[in-house]
Amino acid sequence: MTETDTLRNATNRTSTPALVMRDVRKVYQMGDAEVVALDHAELTLASDEIVALVGPSGSGKTTLCSIAGGILSPTAGSVMVSGEEITGYSDKQRTTFRQNQVGFVFQSVNLVPFLSARENLLVVDEMGRRERKAARERADRLLDELGLAERARNLPSELSGGQRQRVAIGRSLMNEPELVLFDEPTSSLDSELGAQVMELIRSEMKDRSTAAIVVTHDERITQYCDRTVRISDGRLEA
Amino acid sequence: MRLALRELRRRPGRFATAASILTLIAILLMFLGGLLDGLIQTSTGAIEAQEVDVLVYGATSEGSFLRSRIEPEERAAIDALPEVAQTGALSVVQLGARVPGNGPRELANTALWGYELAPAGVPAPPGDGEAYADDTLRASGVTTGQQLLVGPARTPVTVLGFVKNTAYAGQGSLWANTTTWREVVNNNRPDAVLAPEVFQALAVRGADGTSPDQLSAAIEESLDVIAPTVPDAVEAIPGVTEQRGTFNQILSVTLVIALVVIALFFALITVERTALYGVLKAIGARSRTIFGGLVVQAVVVTLIGATIAAVAVVVLDLLIPPGSIPLAISPLRIMSSMTLLLGAAIVGCAFSLRRVLQVDPASALGS
Repeated sequence: MTETDTLRNATNRTSTPALVMRDVRKVYQMGDAEVVALDHAELTLASDEIVALVGPSGSGKTTLCSIAGGILSPTAGSVMVSGEEITGYSDKQRTTFRQNQVGFVFQSVNLVPFLSARENLLVVDEMGRRERKAARERADRLLDELGLAERARNLPSELSGGQRQRVAIGRSLMNEPELVLFDEPTSSLDSELGAQVMELIRSEMKDRSTAAIVVTHDERITQYCDRTVRISDGRLEA
Repeated sequence: MRLALRELRRRPGRFATAASILTLIAILLMFLGGLLDGLIQTSTGAIEAQEVDVLVYGATSEGSFLRSRIEPEERAAIDALPEVAQTGALSVVQLGARVPGNGPRELANTALWGYELAPAGVPAPPGDGEAYADDTLRASGVTTGQQLLVGPARTPVTVLGFVKNTAYAGQGSLWANTTTWREVVNNNRPDAVLAPEVFQALAVRGADGTSPDQLSAAIEESLDVIAPTVPDAVEAIPGVTEQRGTFNQILSVTLVIALVVIALFFALITVERTALYGVLKAIGARSRTIFGGLVVQAVVVTLIGATIAAVAVVVLDLLIPPGSIPLAISPLRIMSSMTLLLGAAIVGCAFSLRRVLQVDPASALGS
């Protein structure tokens, strides 16, 4: 299926694509030399599509995710997330965008160590929307869905690796994002636990009709995704 | 901010070192400040307590009571000025006093004042041969009802009671009427004897609507005298400015040390938390929110340290007998020390601002 087909399908489902990247370039200046981290990337994600982004280290996976998630701005090209053009956003606008539109699950989980599982979810609200009561209810619901209701008061150090990853998934869904970016979500888990986490990611994304990009080295992960996009030397290969 | 407060609550050990060092610095700051206030108070208390607008000294006295003379004609001329409401004689003699029960060489250092206008906290002038003693004389064994023998001539002066914060030149004041003062001078200091109705200085209250500066100018214009306001008279006491300057330099250095401690501690914490700040920024935290959390932590840690220090210094002040060391702990000193430390905490934290701004949310991905 081509990018155009994906876009058409997404439109046919009467929903806006979660992500549209058009001719996106990212170039870093390293002294006198230019390093092209992302080269004319074209990528479209339907509103509930899960895409595996596979590529070797240094291939541009992180750069692509950073641009899609509003952490970095592209050197050229355009980026739309849920119909919102974010290409020319200022730092402040991108921060607000991240607060409201995207979720992140990081490679090394990165929960706040002195906060309980529930509070780690609520951090997202404290840093952004400040809905307070609604956020508390959402956090409780998410923890319940993720099978962590009993562990809500536990600190990350009191949770297993799988439980910590589930808390991180919960945190990424706290702001009800249109797009969630998973950065090597199973890299610190054994294969059985990794499979469980990927099943959980898939079910959570599909239940919410939320799009996701799963960055991975692990080919086994791709079976949980709707399609696989490969990246090499900053170039995407469908 | 809640995140920062939660960290303080749940990881107090992480901040214990900084809090302990800041407590010690705060104790030093408050103790040194208290010593400065105490020293200044024991040097100037009698003048600061004057509830008048200006003091009048002889023209060549340079603000020294011993060198000053105010003739009856001069007093009459001052009384006649429209800016003047009231005048009162004020003179002093510094002598050792024998205290009943003490050894023959254990003299109490006293400054015996003859006054007409009562200073703050001092009753109206007592009868002949009587005096109110400054609180600091308790440390020399002085008690109410005792008869002190003042000077080499052992002039008897009976202590009627005690008053506070009226020491002068490091000596405990005895507040007597002018007749007692003159008798003590005549008996013990023949070199300093003044003619009847001549006094060393005058304490002057201005008429309604006359400011101390206006009163001072009016007196100095009409007569060949010097008439400083009470604050100016305090500063003119030998050694006061020097003491204040020296102590303020020590206090400034202490404050700079507090600032450096806070700056280093929070710079270290910021370096440690770079990864966490990257994650928080990635999920939408603004730099100002993160920096605000650091400031809150610095302020809370400093407040805790300063509060412990304030309690410690107040307890110390209560334990130290009056007059043994010149320590004066006042709410103003404690509050000003706390305010300065809090200022240092905020400025110290500001050194971490650049580092917080530099944290790249992209660092959260791919690591």
